[in-house]
Amino acid sequence: MVAIKVENLVKKFNGFVAIDYISFEVKKGELFGLLGPNGAGKTTTINILSTLLKQTSGYAEVAGYDISKDKNNVRKSIGIVFQEPALDNKLTGKENLEFHAMMYGMGKEERRSRIKEVLELVELRDKGDVLVENYSGGMKRRLEIARGLIHRPKVLFLDEPTLGLDAQTRRHIWEYIKKLNKEEGVTIILTTHYMEEADFLCDRIAIIDHGKIIAMDTPERLKDKLGGDIITFEVEKDSDKFMNEINKLDFVKSVKKHDSKLTIMVEQGEKRIPELIDMAQKNGVKVKSVSLHKPSLEDVFLHFTGKTIREQEADQKERVRKSMRRFGR
Amino acid sequence: MINKTAIYVLWLREMKRFLRAKSRVIGTLAMPLFFLAFLGLGFGNMNIPGMGKVDYIHFLVPGIVGMGMLFTSMFSGISVLWDREFGFLKEIMVAPVNRVSIVIGRIAGGATTSVLQGVLILGISVLMGFKITNISALLFSIVFMLLISCTFIGLGLIFASKMRDIQGFQLIMQFIVFPLFFLSGALFPLENLPAWLRHISSIDPLTYGVDGLRGVLIGISYFSIGFDFLVLTGFSILMVFLGAYFFEKSESV
Repeated sequence: MVAIKVENLVKKFNGFVAIDYISFEVKKGELFGLLGPNGAGKTTTINILSTLLKQTSGYAEVAGYDISKDKNNVRKSIGIVFQEPALDNKLTGKENLEFHAMMYGMGKEERRSRIKEVLELVELRDKGDVLVENYSGGMKRRLEIARGLIHRPKVLFLDEPTLGLDAQTRRHIWEYIKKLNKEEGVTIILTTHYMEEADFLCDRIAIIDHGKIIAMDTPERLKDKLGGDIITFEVEKDSDKFMNEINKLDFVKSVKKHDSKLTIMVEQGEKRIPELIDMAQKNGVKVKSVSLHKPSLEDVFLHFTGKTIREQEADQKERVRKSMRRFGR
Repeated sequence: MINKTAIYVLWLREMKRFLRAKSRVIGTLAMPLFFLAFLGLGFGNMNIPGMGKVDYIHFLVPGIVGMGMLFTSMFSGISVLWDREFGFLKEIMVAPVNRVSIVIGRIAGGATTSVLQGVLILGISVLMGFKITNISALLFSIVFMLLISCTFIGLGLIFASKMRDIQGFQLIMQFIVFPLFFLSGALFPLENLPAWLRHISSIDPLTYGVDGLRGVLIGISYFSIGFDFLVLTGFSILMVFLGAYFFEKSESV
């Protein structure tokens, strides 16, 4: 069963292409992640799938309903937690939930029992009657997750669910998300620019950059594709010749240069380090530091885009700014 | 098509926010009351032509009630911008509720709080010496308050749908709301305006609101009460329709 189907979705804002022909499918019960830097088009994708924005072209289906033609049924089938808080601070936690439940047409009895249930789930039972303006960031997030669940959505969208939260709260929220997905069987699609979040939570990940999906698979397989281990050399001065030499070795799968760092993908990295250092010395390259690790999603991102996610974010901002200036937005 | 529960819950939210925001209520009541107190005292003994036989305070009270309605209603319409700023608009827009019901709920909530404040101003005026002759005058004045309110919530919604953020709010206050107020004849009889300015006054919905209020409350009006009622009803239907139209077309993110 397919919960979400996206075909050649495009979104342009005054000529700025936010989403550039993306296609993917999410299976029912899957925990799917859109991973990418800020400004890559993740939130725009979520906003289109949740009917808040109109796509420029392309087709998408959520819970079996066409997002352009059957908005009301799409809206009934989804729950969403936005990137920025979308709570009424002048209402209490319970009142926010009550508002939501009534907007979704739930009966009085059902509302009461369900509100109690979800407050329990996110451990906010005692805080239900407190005004939201007195909540901490983590409490607000939990309340929003609770709210997104009241009407038993088939698909839950989480847009950067742990953005700006401390490490402990983040862990907590991860556990809720896992629990929801496993116990309630809700299909979850989340966006994040935290690698470890995507790695820990998601069954499958689409890496999205400049509005395009550049890789899509399970986290394990994405990492396996890079193969073996990663050795990172921090070197001084000109290392191009050294790089070429390394590239000729059979056991080296690939070498990438990034600032003063050489990222070398090899099998059985621990045995290859001495050999590589020897070679560096022969080429007159001074090695400042060496590290060896298993590929992380960060490496996957670097591999596919040639940049780390942080650099890509800086670029993205520049790109958006330029385009905004050009189109006078 | 019309979702009653959604309208009710949107209305309820406005009520709760209104009752909790005491400083906002005091703030919006303060200006009309200052106008009433200082203008009423300052011009109280002056003989202004065109006012008929009433003293200035009686002439002024309906105008100030109209002013209160104008300010609170415009604010209520534009407050969609605050919901956008604080993200709550997304929560509303993503719900399976059609846009017409959302607009109706919003107007119902805004109109109720505005009329409550109008009645409060009227009540305080009575304490300051304003005489309401009979209870039907009060009821008819509430009808006019409602119509003024719907008109300007609609207008507020139009502005809110066209603006991206709350930066432009001050501009609207200075260049739309204050001229609407001064041109409405709330502070002085329209007879005293030069003809060209009177023409501009005649396209200001508040002119008919204030005139109608004056008609029902003190029995003096420039137009007939029936004419005021019809024109204002026309304006309110038009503004609510346009407000809903632009709100529906605007994007919530």
